[in-house]
Amino acid sequence: MTMVDLSVDLGFIKLKNPVLAASGTFGYGLEFKPFFNLDMIGGFVVKGLYFNPREGNPPPRLVETPSGLINSVGLQGIGVEAFCREILPQLDQLDTAIIANVCGEEEEEYARVAEYLGRFKGLDALELNISCPNVREGGKCPAQDAEATYRTVRKVKQVASLPIITKLSPNVTDIVSVALAAEEAGSEGISLVNTFLAMAIELKTRKPKLGNILGGLSGPAIKPIALRMVWQVAQAVKIPVIGLGGIFTAEDALEFMVAGAAAVQVGTANFIDPEACLKIIEGMKKWAEENGINRLSEITGSLKI
Amino acid sequence: MIIDRQARIVEKKNWGRYFLFRLKSPEIARSSQPGQFLMIKVSETTSPLLRRPLSLHYRSNQEVEIFFQATGMGTELLSKKKAGETLDILGPLGRGFSLNKEFKGKEVFCVGGGRGIAPLFFLAKELQLLGARPTIFYGGKTSGDLPLRSKLEEAGLEIKISTDDGSTGFRGLVTSLVENELQSQKPAFVYACGPEAMMKKLSEICLKNELSAEFSLESIMGCGIGACWGCVRPFRKNGEIHYLKVCQDGPVFHSREIVWMGE
Repeated sequence: MTMVDLSVDLGFIKLKNPVLAASGTFGYGLEFKPFFNLDMIGGFVVKGLYFNPREGNPPPRLVETPSGLINSVGLQGIGVEAFCREILPQLDQLDTAIIANVCGEEEEEYARVAEYLGRFKGLDALELNISCPNVREGGKCPAQDAEATYRTVRKVKQVASLPIITKLSPNVTDIVSVALAAEEAGSEGISLVNTFLAMAIELKTRKPKLGNILGGLSGPAIKPIALRMVWQVAQAVKIPVIGLGGIFTAEDALEFMVAGAAAVQVGTANFIDPEACLKIIEGMKKWAEENGINRLSEITGSLKI
Repeated sequence: MIIDRQARIVEKKNWGRYFLFRLKSPEIARSSQPGQFLMIKVSETTSPLLRRPLSLHYRSNQEVEIFFQATGMGTELLSKKKAGETLDILGPLGRGFSLNKEFKGKEVFCVGGGRGIAPLFFLAKELQLLGARPTIFYGGKTSGDLPLRSKLEEAGLEIKISTDDGSTGFRGLVTSLVENELQSQKPAFVYACGPEAMMKKLSEICLKNELSAEFSLESIMGCGIGACWGCVRPFRKNGEIHYLKVCQDGPVFHSREIVWMGE
């Protein structure tokens, strides 16, 4: 049996395999070092970075729903300076793609964070988080509007020295128009989807279960909708698409690739199994072997209609 | 931090809604400290999705014990597991109780309410090894909430019992029992785990009596390893309030740091 080539070339970055750990589910990477050699995965996207440290939303921040998880963490984090000073040097020795997730209160801050990150070595790309539902009133975010998306990506492109992946929100009526806006603004890649705006109620007390009232739903419950959106976007844009949303198994990941994703991100699954990414990579390799596929990237966009 | 996907249930005990599992997991047992916890997979499916955090009740050379109350979907499913079956467990996690060598020869209080007794057995045994003199205050609503009473007694631990309904031991809250005891002796340190209201009251008692105390807190956890930032609570740090992770900065915190619910 020939060795399966798992590598993926996104143009702006080469991955040894198509599995990345998703932002917000993998800490700053170091949290998973006790469990496995991080060089084994395609890469990881670190937790969202604002310029300054951020306290996040009041607890409770988590609610379990059938096959799902609603979170309202609200991007609590150490800020970009502490990240570059304390974390990044510890990631430098790794031989895997490291992507920083860039956040901002307004367009200026996105640009400021992106520019700052560009001064350091060790990062391979930036993921623009214009789609977190937990940081603005009513779950609003730039990715809900094609024009705001264009403006934010454009602004960051002007100062960023690293390639940009724009992370889209599923909380829109027409995700394709937002993806096209990001592409037109110069984004090198697209990742989708972020979490679905959601809520949960404690009937006994009639109170919201989350401190922030609203949160973002992730996990297997959202997979079919995420898969549909990845398919729609992948047909419309020319830049590579990274698919995510409820990927828990190798089969899930492979389906996203068939729908058009060049690579995938694994999120919530990391919470349940710190080795989830590894298991998924192993399963994808086995599937390729069993199906006589020499280069896994061949299956991207191979949906038969 | 170790993932043991084959931790065999060597023994299972059950009293009403309370359960004790003894699990064979040598690597986790070896590195465990009192106050640390495990994340336990309770389902083969994705519902419920998350692992459940349960504190380490005891550890021996090869084995760890968990003691829990079946209160929701996760613990209910866990309680259905049988002796001989295996569990997927992750641990030991978090920062446990601090054990001070200066406690040697001194009196320390361990206060547990209901299932909050879980981490205190391991703690009291370690305190004994240090040469400290732990007294366990074990409170429940009724006598049925104190299933570990005989286990604690057989281990040669000093225990004081309370029930809200007076069905056994002191009639009233375990915190009132602690207050009574404080009139005759002052411990070198207080450790506690139990319902929020109990620990809040106890922290007030400790403040009034100038006693240092550490409490083990519960929280809904996503990952247990500090990656999701979902389990935070507010704490006082250097005069400011900050959200800290219960899983990684705790689950054990100094009582003065804790901001109680409703504060």
